Amino acid sequence: MSVRTFTLNDQLITAAAGQSILAAAREHGIAIPTLCELEGLSTVGACRLCLVEVAGSQRLLPACTTEVQEGMTVVSESPRLKHYRQTILELFLAERNHVCAVCVSNNHCELQNRAVEQGVTHVRFDYLMPTLPVDMSHDRFGVDHNRCILCTRCVRVCDEVEGAHTWDIMGRGFQARVITDMAEPWGDSTSCTSCGKCVQVCPTGALFDKRATAGGMVKQPSFVKVLQHARARKESQ
Amino acid sequence: MTEAELMECGEKERQRFEAQPLRIGCCMSSGCLSNGSAAVLEALRASALGSDVFPVGCMGPCSRGPLVWVRRGSEIRTYQQLRPELAARAVEGAIDPRHVVSPDDPFFSRQLRIVTSHCGVINPERLEDAVAGGAYRALAQVLREWEPARVCEELTRSGLRGRGGAGYPTGVKWNLVRKASGGQKFVIANGDEGDPGAYMDRAVMESDPHRVLEGMAIAGYAVGANHGFIYVRGEYPTAVHRLDMAVKQATRRGILGKSVLGTKFEFHVEVRIGAGAFVCGEETALIASIEGGRGMPRPRPPYPADVGLFGKPTLINNVETLAAVAPICERGADWFASIGTPTSKGTKVFALSGAVVNTGLIEVPMGTTLREIVFDIGGGIPGGKRLKAVQTGGPSGGCIPEQFLDTPVDYESLTRLGSIMGSGGMIVMDETSSMVDVARFFMEFCRDESCGKCVPCRVGTVQMHRLLDKIMAEQATLEDLALLEDLCDVVRHTSLCGLGQSAPNPVLSTLRYFRHEYEARIQNRRRLTSTRRPLELVSVNGSVAAPAKGGSI
Amino acid sequence: MSSTRPRLATAWLGGCSGCHMSFLDLDERLFDLAAAADVLFSPVVDAKTIPPEIDITLIEGAVANEDNLELLKHLRERSRFLIAFGDCAVTGNVTALRNLAGGPMLVLARSYRDESNLQPQIPTELPVIPPLVDRVVPIHQVVQVDFHMPGCPPHPDLIWYCVTELLAGRVPNLTGKWKFG
Repeated sequence: MSVRTFTLNDQLITAAAGQSILAAAREHGIAIPTLCELEGLSTVGACRLCLVEVAGSQRLLPACTTEVQEGMTVVSESPRLKHYRQTILELFLAERNHVCAVCVSNNHCELQNRAVEQGVTHVRFDYLMPTLPVDMSHDRFGVDHNRCILCTRCVRVCDEVEGAHTWDIMGRGFQARVITDMAEPWGDSTSCTSCGKCVQVCPTGALFDKRATAGGMVKQPSFVKVLQHARARKESQ
Repeated sequence: MTEAELMECGEKERQRFEAQPLRIGCCMSSGCLSNGSAAVLEALRASALGSDVFPVGCMGPCSRGPLVWVRRGSEIRTYQQLRPELAARAVEGAIDPRHVVSPDDPFFSRQLRIVTSHCGVINPERLEDAVAGGAYRALAQVLREWEPARVCEELTRSGLRGRGGAGYPTGVKWNLVRKASGGQKFVIANGDEGDPGAYMDRAVMESDPHRVLEGMAIAGYAVGANHGFIYVRGEYPTAVHRLDMAVKQATRRGILGKSVLGTKFEFHVEVRIGAGAFVCGEETALIASIEGGRGMPRPRPPYPADVGLFGKPTLINNVETLAAVAPICERGADWFASIGTPTSKGTKVFALSGAVVNTGLIEVPMGTTLREIVFDIGGGIPGGKRLKAVQTGGPSGGCIPEQFLDTPVDYESLTRLGSIMGSGGMIVMDETSSMVDVARFFMEFCRDESCGKCVPCRVGTVQMHRLLDKIMAEQATLEDLALLEDLCDVVRHTSLCGLGQSAPNPVLSTLRYFRHEYEARIQNRRRLTSTRRPLELVSVNGSVAAPAKGGSI
Repeated sequence: MSSTRPRLATAWLGGCSGCHMSFLDLDERLFDLAAAADVLFSPVVDAKTIPPEIDITLIEGAVANEDNLELLKHLRERSRFLIAFGDCAVTGNVTALRNLAGGPMLVLARSYRDESNLQPQIPTELPVIPPLVDRVVPIHQVVQVDFHMPGCPPHPDLIWYCVTELLAGRVPNLTGKWKFG
């Protein structure tokens, strides 16, 4: 396996060829904030929280999709990045109706945790407060669009791991929304296997078990990494 | 068809033209079509039975349409605002002078038409017409004489830069794709022109589709691709129709296909139609759309030159860029490089619109000043009003105020002024325009066209639009203005693709030159604060905290 | 009233008073607070008028009606340091969920007419009931806020930490001590 050496926050780090900056940083215990990324799923670079400064690049690059290059110099913590991350989180919090106090995922929410970690104690923007539906048509699960951050983890896990591709995105910009099948009620979906993987990978309270009450939804997204690892081993045998 | 047959075809067609005592071209491009030129064409045909009356593409001064030219022997006269009932008079040449375009009209005499040299001249629906005008000669010459590397080299030497807006050196891009490893490669012509007020590519595709195909074939030969796609926005049905026709004609005659002009080079072209998303003009989103997926961009690198369509190395160029290729190959890199400025070579097509007398399509050498464009070619501002600003680059661009009108237009000078060359839309604004409103208009456009993938663009544009709304309604405070500026910076630097990264530009450029218009609507309003002496506190790092700044921790 | 002791105030706008309950959960520490500062104006003290100058004011609740708005503005003008106290003041929180039902009349109609099973009537004609504002907003949308203390409610320990830091002349450092909800 060929090795790449690069500098991350003044620290020399070795990574495997083809490894992302994010994966290499994690291996060395350096945390870079993320929301849309989940180990075991493809990367999309959509949440923009993992943007890092790379010497020689005029643009900030997402650590999750950027491969380590030999000799590159990367900075993942700076006042500028902090400010950008805080503002991005503010935009997320103002976009839909993230009312932590009454959310099934209160205390177990990745958006809530990122806000705390990055010190976003308040939001400078107007809360947009769109009126969005809650689909409770499925036997076991519910989807509350008010809490969705459009990370597309559900779309990816359903397509890439379960192979059902029940989830997708509909609409554009601020009107974009996750849908099941052809925007039909989840309970009417013919492709959904009711496996619940989407619920487990959802970083917020958007997808939930119908039995959960406020703060009661504790998820285990790490199964994806384990499952993908096991599959890869089986294939290589 | 071999090269010899191509030459013969052209020669035969030219002889046919010579034999015609009366030839009449009627613009059937979108601008004139919307002015009723289809009826004019019919009336001309009825008035000149037995003569050669045919559709042509865009002649330029779209606001004066329908436009018609009449060639009698060696004499050509051009008519404007021609209604069907005037057709017979135009054929006879006895018509009110109001409808005659003067041969010395500066609108035409100040232009240099290279990319659009056949636009408005040839019949875009006949291959033979294009060939008579010289179409595919450059392709034949390249296939006969040049190695692929030489083509890239010539293009690099010509100084041609991407006409889609970013201005990346075309030859360098071609070389990257040529050198990319992998058997299958693709060429894509980006005709998803979506900026409000821009219609350069539409005119080229409608008026001279074979020019685009020729550029694509040369590109395919240069980079080692045997397959090309033209991605045209669905709002351009005429362009789609004519390109479809051109591809079929060229394929049937062996100019495209298994054996291009009888050589071993194989090149197929398919037309793909967009479904109305502006973001599909962004190359990675466009590629996703051709692949059949949702038109959303992905982070770059990897660039399409390495990982493009279906994961293969892909050359993607704007339509206007590709339309400049054949003339460069034919007349030489040095000739092209002799036109324009040191960093921006050749000519650029602009779509002139807004508060200007002559709205329409123009092509001028790079380095022409905005003043020449607006006042000499454009005929100035109607109604005796003063010019306030020229907007270039559409929703990714900015407003250039009156005091910089003498700036020569090239990539660098426009960037220095806080705008961009962009694809070529140029909107002239007079003193009655509110610049805050202009910024709000473009922000609304970006908000509605954001694909929704990344949050800075998806929500940032909504928030910026709200803040602009608030300023327009005179409800905003100085804090709101500061927040708007901060958000512009964040969205610009954190958005995933060019749409979001450039969405703040119209705000930033109007703030740069017209800040007083923003401030006039705010009138020093501040958020209510204490009338008492603020509490003096020491923050953790030992410095005195600024009490009015709010709760940062 | 001693003029040298720090002057504190608290106010309750559009919220459930849970933040004040949490404040009362300071328990024995309330004695320490009383020893260190004067609480001049608060739902938990018997004051009818707003004092002219206050050092530190904690505001619970979002701006939901004209009364809230007026009180907030008065307090802001007289306070040297103003804290958004709890999620409703900081984000709008549950109070702002009302916005999803539409404007004030729609909210009132839904609460007092459509969902009512006894004498449905919209209480707008009674002058004692303050008119609702069009849209519930967090307090920093209306006035300058010097510090945000999120939480639904903020834990008594967090309240105590913030108040004691401020009384000591320091900006509280919330890192690791707070959360929304």
